[in-house]
Amino acid sequence: MWQVYLKELTELMRDKKTLIFVILLPIAIFPVLFAIVGLVMATTTNKAMEEQHRYVIINEQQAPEFAEALFYHKNFKKVETALSTEQELITAIRNEEFDVALVIPADFASRKAAVQQAEWKLIYNRSSQLDFMYNHFNDILTDYTEQLQRGALSQLGVDPANLTAIIKPVELTRVNTAEQRENLGESLGAVLAYALVLLCLSGAMYPAVDMGAGEKERGTLETLLICPISRTSIVIGKFLTVLTTALMTALITVVSLGVWGAIISAFADLSKVSDALAAISVVDLMLMFSLLLPTAAIFAALLLAISIYARTFKEAQNYMSPLVFVVIAPLMVAMAPGMELDTTTALIPLTNIALAIKELLKGTADYGLLLLIFASTAALAAALIAFCVRWFQQEKVLFR
Amino acid sequence: MIEIQDLAKAFALSKNNKLSDTEKQDVRYSKDAFHSVRNVSFSCGSGEVLGLLGPNGAGKTTTLRMLSTALKPDAGSVLLNGVDVLKQPVKARQQIGFLSADTGLYGKLTAYENIAYFGRLHGMKEQQLKQRIDELFTLLNMHDFANRRADNMSTGMKQKTAIARAVVHSPKVVILDEPTTGLDIMTVQTVLDFIKGLKAAGTPVIFSTHHLDEVASLCDRVVVIDKGVSAFSGDIKQFKALSDNGDLRDAFLSVLSGAQLSQQQGAA
Repeated sequence: MWQVYLKELTELMRDKKTLIFVILLPIAIFPVLFAIVGLVMATTTNKAMEEQHRYVIINEQQAPEFAEALFYHKNFKKVETALSTEQELITAIRNEEFDVALVIPADFASRKAAVQQAEWKLIYNRSSQLDFMYNHFNDILTDYTEQLQRGALSQLGVDPANLTAIIKPVELTRVNTAEQRENLGESLGAVLAYALVLLCLSGAMYPAVDMGAGEKERGTLETLLICPISRTSIVIGKFLTVLTTALMTALITVVSLGVWGAIISAFADLSKVSDALAAISVVDLMLMFSLLLPTAAIFAALLLAISIYARTFKEAQNYMSPLVFVVIAPLMVAMAPGMELDTTTALIPLTNIALAIKELLKGTADYGLLLLIFASTAALAAALIAFCVRWFQQEKVLFR
Repeated sequence: MIEIQDLAKAFALSKNNKLSDTEKQDVRYSKDAFHSVRNVSFSCGSGEVLGLLGPNGAGKTTTLRMLSTALKPDAGSVLLNGVDVLKQPVKARQQIGFLSADTGLYGKLTAYENIAYFGRLHGMKEQQLKQRIDELFTLLNMHDFANRRADNMSTGMKQKTAIARAVVHSPKVVILDEPTTGLDIMTVQTVLDFIKGLKAAGTPVIFSTHHLDEVASLCDRVVVIDKGVSAFSGDIKQFKALSDNGDLRDAFLSVLSGAQLSQQQGAA
């Protein structure tokens, strides 16, 4: 068994594809990708926040205070127009003559005086994902409406000392009992689990294809089968190699993320993030790894069984591709809001691992449930390994 | 000594499989199975080289796979120096050196590593392994590419490596499936000389081939398999006697036409 394991590992380490998928990708590519995505998102957001919007106001004289506030706001630039109907304004926006039009009713001043509600219309293109224009506009409008409320209430004879309490009778202050670590775990936990589990799968995939279908395609399987070692030893040797690469991928990713996280935190002075990360103990990390172990074993056994069945590399890859979707679904379930780890979710494969990793990051894990997850996942892995061994004894599978 | 008696092997056909008209005429096809080997018997004694002949798809490779324990026969028996391959497959495997028709090597391993891996799987110790590989490198003229990875080898180098791998554990029985196919003249000669060396050492050798000149120069015995049955089994003199002029090609064709005739008579 160990001869098979060592030989398979030697071959894999000499293979450029393995080096790329198992080592280079987690070390370099993912941080680079995250950095690029982060940079693009930050640049886009900043650009959207700083963008100046060309606007027109119809019936501006009806609300001169509001028009003045808008005029002096840095994100808005006034454009003169002779247009007045809604359709004309829409067409002009579509032709990019200006970005936004505010239509104030022609009788707004008199309605205001009579303390009656009025409807204003804001016409603009809402297809953008980053709608900062509306936020800027709403801030000005909130101030303006509060001024109107105060004016109207004073007009009605309300004591100015009571105005704030009448406009906003309740002021809600939120006190968050969650520690920084809990917040970080809640927001990052599911994503990290998602990445780790998928990396385990991708790390196992290529070696598994090579060790089953690859043996058939190269014509080495027959020679291996007639060696005086049991087929169980052959399968276990191959299984351990796939398991090793899967775990290596996950481990390198965690270490790489940790190192890159520390570097970025140090340079960007993200003390809250580094403090929260520092609160995660070595025991927590070991528990995470011990939960990934049977998960990686499930993938290794499953992928090896598929690979043994396939006649060629290509056939094996075709069978394995849908497996990614099968794995993603339970991970997405774990990311759903409100999903908690309990005795039921602890028995759902992969969902349980994702939830457990989240709880471990938050520092709120129930160790009894972790044990249940480990036991159920290990039992499933053992069953799949047994199936794989049995599968490897079948002539109709080996000589299809 | 290799003794094979009434060997048979069938492969199940898919339920959706529809037989073509040619397959319906073929005695090896039944409704739900393809009877690749129906009845093959022969023997090969110590120091004998047995040539296994037959057209493509006759059942030679399936027969050799059963001999090598890669496939389990449905019926019949195979004894290798008295060891029953069905009852004691692991013990039988220790005695067999098998070269499959595909020269399958691990591309990322060197010639030495490919051979050493199989030596270790046969339980050889490192010192013994090193000596044996060195001996094989000399016999097969392989020293020049000992440390070259299989991915970068020529066809001839690969075949020599595959042969060395098959016999690294000094097997008592050697089975070679088309060992000279696709090789240049020099490499063929090296392989044939190597087989002669095995014969001289008293090792029974079975090799399947389509090259009748190799049969003429090497073989003591000949078996012709056609449509899953041993249509001829005898020594080389008896085989040559099947043709008027002692030509092996004529002898081979006469066996096949005789087999066809008897099958037609059987069917009628």
